[in-house]
Amino acid sequence: MESVIQGRAVKFGDNINSDIIIPGRYLIYIDAQKLSEHAFEVLGKEYPAKLRNFQILVAGRNFGCGSAREQAATAIQGVGIKAVVACSFARTFYRNAINDGLPIIECPDLYPEVQEGDEVKIDLAASAIQHGAKEYSFPQLPDSVRKILELGGLAAYLKAQLAQA
Amino acid sequence: MAGHTIAEKILAAKSGKSEVTPGQIVEAYPDLVMSHTATWRSVSVMEKVGATKLYDPDRLAVVLDHIAPAKSEKNASDHQACRKFATKFGITKFYDVDAGIAHLVLMEAGHVAPGDLIVGTDSHCTIYGSLGALGTGIGYTEVASVWITGKLWMKVPESFKVSLSGAFSPGVYSKDLMLHLIGNLGADGASYKSVEFYGAAAGLSVSERMTMTNLAMEMGVKCAFVPPDAHTEGYLHGRLEDPARYRPVLADADAVYEREIDVDLGTLEPMVACPHEVQNTKPIGQVKGTRIDQAFLGSCANAKYEDLVVAARILKGRHVHPGVRFIITPGSKNIMLEAAKTGVLETLLESGGMFTNPGCGACAGDGGVMADGEVCLSTANRNFLGRMGSSKAEIYLSSPATLAASAIKGCISDPREFY
Repeated sequence: MESVIQGRAVKFGDNINSDIIIPGRYLIYIDAQKLSEHAFEVLGKEYPAKLRNFQILVAGRNFGCGSAREQAATAIQGVGIKAVVACSFARTFYRNAINDGLPIIECPDLYPEVQEGDEVKIDLAASAIQHGAKEYSFPQLPDSVRKILELGGLAAYLKAQLAQA
Repeated sequence: MAGHTIAEKILAAKSGKSEVTPGQIVEAYPDLVMSHTATWRSVSVMEKVGATKLYDPDRLAVVLDHIAPAKSEKNASDHQACRKFATKFGITKFYDVDAGIAHLVLMEAGHVAPGDLIVGTDSHCTIYGSLGALGTGIGYTEVASVWITGKLWMKVPESFKVSLSGAFSPGVYSKDLMLHLIGNLGADGASYKSVEFYGAAAGLSVSERMTMTNLAMEMGVKCAFVPPDAHTEGYLHGRLEDPARYRPVLADADAVYEREIDVDLGTLEPMVACPHEVQNTKPIGQVKGTRIDQAFLGSCANAKYEDLVVAARILKGRHVHPGVRFIITPGSKNIMLEAAKTGVLETLLESGGMFTNPGCGACAGDGGVMADGEVCLSTANRNFLGRMGSSKAEIYLSSPATLAASAIKGCISDPREFY
């Protein structure tokens, strides 16, 4: 996982549920590329292609609510998004993102300031977000959880654990 | 030292600690790991990481409920992978496509006991709290991890206490209570929390409790409980393989709650969740008259035997509106069998309803798919954009009583007219 993530932000509102992120009919796939072709398509057919122009997804409250489908995190990575910064996350999405190796950051202060297309820089090690002239800090993940994310997700973490055993 | 909530006590017990406090992260060992049709995805993770052994095959339950029976070759091979896995590892709690919705099947079969910690590939695992178990949803990779290691990290949640008083008016049910609560608290109103129901909850059936703990997910909970009592014991009597597994975990009298909420059941009206969020709830009077094309009586929220009975009572001797497709998907084979034995199935068929095989069905977009501009009234727990087909379709959610009344009239209608 990269420690510094930089790129253009795409912005969504509150309560973006996992049915919007990836509709149930595509859960027959687990492959990121396949899923990414349908990411957010219920909001408009142009979404999967549009999202490829952005690297950071910024959202309001309760991002990823609803179904526990892990493919929500996979589909977001599939379109090339490197991190999600939201005011808050639904717990199932939060876990799935970590387990899928997708950095998630709670930073409610950033949300009202960001416009779609803005450049945002996230320094995970320093727990800081830079947006224009402003800098925001965010709480670190607990150590045990951060290790999973740093290895690129739970599968990689498990593999490493099994190799040690 | 202050007392503890149900969630705190269960997480302490499952992580081998004498006590835990909210915010603490523990390594917990679940009693049961449920995986539904997603099982093949967890199998693929196991293969990817090179794991060949399960921590304890007896802790696994596999139920093929989503998109079942298979509707494509891809589904069929996914189901096949689940069956092969169950055979290879000797999974005794394996239920094939005929059984019904995982949650209902596992509770009926006596695999869920008070005080259990249950994780699974479905957000509505919260339903196990209807029997006093801590149920919560996780993804398929994490399910594979728990299969292999037997454990997962969990954060001990803060708890809300919901005290119910009074009694429902005729035509009002626990679905209406939950839509009322979700509307008031919002989709993240109880995010990460454990919710415990008290007071008049003690007078509600296990079926009503299942609806409550299931719908609680829609306000963001980690888990929800109705404390085990005589109803719970009655439901589990003869179901639990080992009666000694009936060990209720109750909160201490001095347990600490982050928030306390009082609801007088007598003041509640039938409620409807409007498109496209469950929190978008309105009293029936404000949505009455909305035309519907399809009525779906199904899902883990409201396709239990009692739910079918509620609908059948209203539909007995009546017929659904000619413009309405009335789809009934019983929650499980046992529920369907009971409905067949008692005449409920016949009543619903005669009223113009059509039965599908038990399972998740239209709630998960399998069958009953909606076209542009169509409106579905559903007893399920989600009305999200595009969930049942077209993103230009609309889904409203209600109780089985409101659904039956609306199916008759062809538009969203107040069930109290039929009581």
